[in-house]
Amino acid sequence: MKMPEKNSNVAEQFEDAQQQSEAAHLGMWTFIATEVLFFGGLFLAYFVYRHFYFHEFVIGSKRTDVLFGTINSIILLTSSLTMALAVHAAKENYRRQISRWLLLTLLLGFSFLVVKGFEYHKDIHDQLVPGANFNPALPAQSQIFFWLYWTMTGLHAIHVCIGLGVMSVMTFLARRGKFSAVYRTPLELAGLYWHFVDIVWLFLFPLLYLVQRHS
Amino acid sequence: MNEPEKNYLSAGDTVKSWLLTTDHKRIGILYLLSILFFFVIAAFAAALMRLELLTPQGDLVLSETYNKLFTMHGVLMVWFFLIPSIPSVLGNFIIPLMIGARDVAFPKLNLLSWYLFIIGGFFVMHAIIIGGVDTGWTFYTPYSTAYSNSHVIEMALGIFIAGFGSILTGLNFIITIQKMRAPGLTWFRLPLFIWSMYSTSLILVLATPVLAITLALMAVERIWGVGIFNPKLGGDPILFQHLFWFYSHPAVYIMILPGMGVVSEIITCFSRKKIFGYHFVVFSSVAIAIIGFLVWGHHMFVSSQSIYAGMVFSFLSFLVAIPSAIKVFNWTMTLYRGSISFEAPMLYALSFIGLFVIGGLTGLMLASLAVDVHVHGTYFVVAHFHYIMVGGMVTAFMAGLHYWWPKITGRMYPEKLGQLAAVILFFGFNLTFFPQFVLGYLGMPRRVHDYAPEFQIYNVLSTAGASILAIGYLLPLTYFLWSLFYGKKAGPNPWRATGLEWKTSSPPPKNNFAETPVVTEDAYNYPPLNEIGEHENA
Amino acid sequence: MNFPIFPKEASTTAAQTDHLYFFLLGFSAFILALVFLPMLFFLFKYRRGKKANRNFANLPTMKIEITWTVIPIFLVTGMFAWAAQIFFDEEVPPANTLEINVVGKQWMWKIQHQEGNREINELHLPVNRAVKLTLASEDVIHSFFIPAFRIKQDVVPGRFTTEWFQPTKIGAYHFYCSEYCGADHSKMQGTVFVMSPADYENWLAHGAPKNTLAQSGENLFRQLGCSGCHVNSKAVHAPPLEGLYEKLVPLSDGTFVRADDKYIRDSILLPASQIVVGYQPLMPTYEGHISEDELLQLIAYIKSIGNETPPPNP
Repeated sequence: MKMPEKNSNVAEQFEDAQQQSEAAHLGMWTFIATEVLFFGGLFLAYFVYRHFYFHEFVIGSKRTDVLFGTINSIILLTSSLTMALAVHAAKENYRRQISRWLLLTLLLGFSFLVVKGFEYHKDIHDQLVPGANFNPALPAQSQIFFWLYWTMTGLHAIHVCIGLGVMSVMTFLARRGKFSAVYRTPLELAGLYWHFVDIVWLFLFPLLYLVQRHS
Repeated sequence: MNEPEKNYLSAGDTVKSWLLTTDHKRIGILYLLSILFFFVIAAFAAALMRLELLTPQGDLVLSETYNKLFTMHGVLMVWFFLIPSIPSVLGNFIIPLMIGARDVAFPKLNLLSWYLFIIGGFFVMHAIIIGGVDTGWTFYTPYSTAYSNSHVIEMALGIFIAGFGSILTGLNFIITIQKMRAPGLTWFRLPLFIWSMYSTSLILVLATPVLAITLALMAVERIWGVGIFNPKLGGDPILFQHLFWFYSHPAVYIMILPGMGVVSEIITCFSRKKIFGYHFVVFSSVAIAIIGFLVWGHHMFVSSQSIYAGMVFSFLSFLVAIPSAIKVFNWTMTLYRGSISFEAPMLYALSFIGLFVIGGLTGLMLASLAVDVHVHGTYFVVAHFHYIMVGGMVTAFMAGLHYWWPKITGRMYPEKLGQLAAVILFFGFNLTFFPQFVLGYLGMPRRVHDYAPEFQIYNVLSTAGASILAIGYLLPLTYFLWSLFYGKKAGPNPWRATGLEWKTSSPPPKNNFAETPVVTEDAYNYPPLNEIGEHENA
Repeated sequence: MNFPIFPKEASTTAAQTDHLYFFLLGFSAFILALVFLPMLFFLFKYRRGKKANRNFANLPTMKIEITWTVIPIFLVTGMFAWAAQIFFDEEVPPANTLEINVVGKQWMWKIQHQEGNREINELHLPVNRAVKLTLASEDVIHSFFIPAFRIKQDVVPGRFTTEWFQPTKIGAYHFYCSEYCGADHSKMQGTVFVMSPADYENWLAHGAPKNTLAQSGENLFRQLGCSGCHVNSKAVHAPPLEGLYEKLVPLSDGTFVRADDKYIRDSILLPASQIVVGYQPLMPTYEGHISEDELLQLIAYIKSIGNETPPPNP
């Protein structure tokens, strides 16, 4: 199968579209491996201190808001579904549906951040920020729990923001008819990233909100 | 191919054509120039330290200044010279050529890596200029988070950003090696440099993010004033050390595996023979990368970690010596019945083996728990890791630079001067660092700016050696520059080496190969030799 | 200028460590010879242009590789075991040691003897007696290193660490801080004086301290108000401390903990985390109100009443 002229979507260094797509996918998976270890340091710290100060972690997790957390879990899970539907639409060549599903994903991601914002506001009001103003009714070591709570959810929220940025670009490209059954690699990679962000939350949610339930 | 054909250097000479290039060869050159800059500054810090240590009193610089000097030396040398040295300079230049690819898999990402490296370097240099950092390159808590009055956060930010550059470089290399190999270039036909770079890249991708999060946690704790490493809240400063060394021990293998790859290329080329035990050299690279992840606790034998953890880490540290030993044995056996010549790259490669073996054997002493209790935190450790990092990695970098210099620039360096520099560096290095083993066992702690008078003689020897070392580094710098203008034209393959990088012109054209090469034989398939060491069919 | 090549050897551990070190030096010399003699020979014999047999040698690669993989594994396992054996001995102190407290702070070492003598950057010891140091830090990580004894232990804030040794030679030896701790790290050093037992007794008496360490601890116990709740109080219900030291304590979560130095330290600084069964978490934390020296004095006091029986519960 000899191609006289390369597809305009194939970069110079690649032989063909298939090699390019395989390289891009492997690249994304490698990037996700990096990300797993990036969060891994935090999870390790979490488990070490949960072992040292289990009692304080239980008290701390009772102060996080399970309602906000649950709503956000549902929102993110749904957004993963809409993302998967966008990729599916591209695969089936339903080109107009792609940007619709992407817009919905964007909207859900954004609402996640809004809910998170309300939750943070409530947390600050409840004096759950470690430091001089920390709620005096809580034991000192539960500050470690909240330190981890803020760092882990904060880092996750940064990843959601990056995801929203990527998704906006994808929506823009989709609206210009860039994606189709033939060329959909960027869309699939954005999807992989979004599912990863979603999965991180699925670990954070039980660890930060539900500790007391499995003690 | 006709002579004045456009090569990657003549394909554009505006500043923009360099700063916006996506050509892996040009990016390699950008890295070369930038790490040279950091090397000179870090070496200057080292020179000041060695001068201070000539006398037992702290008479040249203040203790605060001394502490900032060794921090700066460590940070710049580790993250801005050693880690990018072979991987980002030679790796970038050579990997695509060696596997017959037109470029790396993601050229734009490659350029981004360089920019991240430069931005990180900018923050680090800025932190140094506005007053420096005095925590040591290890940033141990709680000193770094609660006690140091220096620009810790900016320095950590610089390393954090440069770290993402490393990650992207590693990612790019992994995908390039997995997906971009020329037809016929199967995994077990790959040159050993590629295997060692593949192992290195795995470490870059899997260890660097842990450093990033650790530095981020440290910085947040410093800004916020509370955190998880702070013992005042029941936090554990030792956890920082675990996380830090989970990166920084594998980082040592980022600093030695590529060197081993370079040496494998050179030993075969200058003995005109196939490597002995190819598969074992390959698997030893991979084994080093894997076991290297499991030995971090040997930095903490006296830190109050449990004695049983200490024993496990000690045993694993002994085990990681095995694959390194296998490589050394295989290199030696490669020389058997070869046809050996002693051009500068070969002299550097042989000097690498000598210094690396000493570094490795003293590594076994450090892995021995009882001996480590005595020499931990002394000059013994300083000498050991300089034998690995300078004696090993920098020597290998010099070897590789001389070996591929004709390919990179199209010109030969002056051979006699090259050999002279290699010999000077070998003696200068040993004079600088061997006395430090004695100092360490005598009990001189590291990171001190004045010391007991009985240690003076060895410090004087060491400083004398450092001045020889300085000459040894200035000499190549001078003749490399000279060779750019006056060096003999190299031709595509001055060493008559195997390997795809020698199949294209020197310097290579922008797209590396006029036609995608096809590989039909194993690596280092040199033809048979006659009695006096010439190839029979040559 | 002196030309020392080997440090003084002045403890039981030093002798053991040096044996191993000499073995490792010998082993290294052997390996160097094993690698470099053949290498130099090959470099000479097979240099280009010299006549030599360079025909392809059909060597049994697999056998050779396995040999030089397996033999080193056995060798390093042996070395590991030897080193670990000594390490284990030097980490686990014997019974009946002379106990001395060492507190590191930027940038000095403060030493407290049980008899109440205190010194700074000097440590006086009797010869041939096992000594156990309890190490604490007021600020950052330090490391207490006596080269002549081949012994070193990091001093980590927020916990006690210990090291023990038995000096074997009378004399004066340096000790250093070997973990970088800030501006004057290199000044954080001192001298160990190993004395004959008689001289040591003399030295102790000459210092003529007002109180022993335990007595200082008892005074603190009253000053800080600990006695208000822990001694026979009717108003507040707090666990008695007599007869507590080294006993098992039942905790409210159903587990048991040994009342060692670490437990007492944690109970003073982080009282909420380990509550004794049957008591309320009422005790305030003393974090920030008490120095490491004082903590060690309180522990000495609690230890001194470790054999008394608690009064009947009121």
